[in-house]
Amino acid sequence: MTVLVEMGSPLQRNLVGVYTIWLREVRKFWRDKSRIIGATVQPALFLLLLGTGIGRGIPQAFQVDHGQQEFLPGVKDYLTFIYPGIIAMTILFTAVFSAISIIWDREIGFLKEVMVAPISRWAVAIGKTLGGSTVAMLQGCLMLVFAPIIGVKLTVFTILTLLPLLLYISFSLTAMGIAAAARMRSMQGFTVIMNFLTLPMFFLSGAMFPVGGLPPWMDILVRINPLTYGVDILRAVVIGYNDYPLAFDLYVIGFFGLLMLGLAVLAFSERE
Amino acid sequence: MTEIIEVEHFQKVFKTRTGFYTAVRDVSFSVRKGELFGFLGPNGAGKTTTISILCTLLRPTQGRATLNGFDILKNPHAVRQSIGLVFQEPSLDERLTARENLEFHALLYNIPRALRRERIQKMLAMMELEMRQHELVRHFSGGMKRRLEIARGLLHHPKVLFLDEPTLGLDPQTRSYIWNYIQELKREEEITLFLTTHHMDEAENCDRIAVIDHGQIIALDTPDGLKKRIGGDVIYLTTLDPKAAKDEITHRYRVQVHEDPPGIYFEMANGAEFIPGFIREAGFKITSISVRRPTLEDVFLKLTGRNLREELSDSLNLMKIHARKKIR
Repeated sequence: MTVLVEMGSPLQRNLVGVYTIWLREVRKFWRDKSRIIGATVQPALFLLLLGTGIGRGIPQAFQVDHGQQEFLPGVKDYLTFIYPGIIAMTILFTAVFSAISIIWDREIGFLKEVMVAPISRWAVAIGKTLGGSTVAMLQGCLMLVFAPIIGVKLTVFTILTLLPLLLYISFSLTAMGIAAAARMRSMQGFTVIMNFLTLPMFFLSGAMFPVGGLPPWMDILVRINPLTYGVDILRAVVIGYNDYPLAFDLYVIGFFGLLMLGLAVLAFSERE
Repeated sequence: MTEIIEVEHFQKVFKTRTGFYTAVRDVSFSVRKGELFGFLGPNGAGKTTTISILCTLLRPTQGRATLNGFDILKNPHAVRQSIGLVFQEPSLDERLTARENLEFHALLYNIPRALRRERIQKMLAMMELEMRQHELVRHFSGGMKRRLEIARGLLHHPKVLFLDEPTLGLDPQTRSYIWNYIQELKREEEITLFLTTHHMDEAENCDRIAVIDHGQIIALDTPDGLKKRIGGDVIYLTTLDPKAAKDEITHRYRVQVHEDPPGIYFEMANGAEFIPGFIREAGFKITSISVRRPTLEDVFLKLTGRNLREELSDSLNLMKIHARKKIR
């Protein structure tokens, strides 16, 4: 006897599709403990070793006046300064790394299972992006455990503000990774391209140094880098220091995210 | 409605770096509801490409088709809901358990919650995977993976199940298991099965076969119907002087004689009765002789002038690799 399967409205089907794809990403992240540890250790090294080393080793490089007690107005020391930047870095790397799952899915053939399912391609793109962003957000949250070590006080209110903010930034960066990965066929190629993209993005985001007195050519690059605004708003929330208006930060991140999501949807929708 | 798939003048041209490559030249056929329909042909003949178009993974360059009454171009979602697919290459998530793979599929196809559990359970039971449903697919053997893929393809009650080379890369024993499942399926589910294969013995199991070569269907018939195209039985013999034997037979019986080292063979009606007289009259020394019923292999050879076995050994079929990449 054949049981007729309920079709449901197209929108409902697609939303279930988004949820399904999201669930798979999150479930697999949770299962892969070594990946979680790896993605935590790397930024921790940046923060604790590089941050401490630079902060203590060459204080004169950052201080105009040797008598000055603070690193920047309201910022206790270098370690405190880069802490939000390192959270942004964690998100960036996790978001981009999670986009590799598309190429991986293609490689193992699983992408076909998704592509022949009766859901729209935009649902696939959004599901993947949401899955990756959730993973990046969780990974970003893990970085919050370093706050007491560095001496940054986090209130409940700060943390509650941070969660949606981390997700927001993660979404934007994951969409970028997905848009790129959807067009690529090889894992190696993607890794190379992404290193070319993520490292400059990270270096030019003001995560590791203040963006005040940069030469003009670099200043321009910093300003057109969407991650700059992610770092800026995280710094505002975590340590109360920022260079740009917060609303502007949000707009830039949001606009960039939508643009990238558009490209990702487009890449998925092509049928030869 | 007795025709569940109707294809009219499919054509598919791929753009390659050096120009164009026509994977499907001009293909028209229809599949009847409830039948086991087979595509038989060598690698690169256009089998997978045609299936991919029907499954809405590729767009035809030209032509149109309906599946379960839905136009594949205008209504791809309804087509996708109507079909199940077992791909030639594995398409499972090996880092999920067998059950999770099925649950993922059930959600994607929006199977109502109430039915989901029961249906998953039934498919696991049918494919004899219940015991290992909570294991990661990574630890499964090739045959188990294929069974899981079949279970998954059936989960949402498709009207048509596509099986692209369902036994590729499996050992003979597992192959026959998979075939048992396919036969069982045909009995138990109201379903049309559409499979591609390059195994002659598998094609024998089909209700009807389309022989496809160079992107065209060169014959479409039941296995018996196809074999009737051979003029009777196949007589194979070895001799010390194949060339003389070939000339003599061609001349005397007006049949085409083929070479298949070390011997030669030709077709003849009522082969068993033909042999005694043949041996008496032969002007050359026969070292061995046999008669057998024609196989699909012979049909393929007759239709294309090529041997399917030789085609298969040509494993570096670049065209095929190319087409496969496009589908990904």
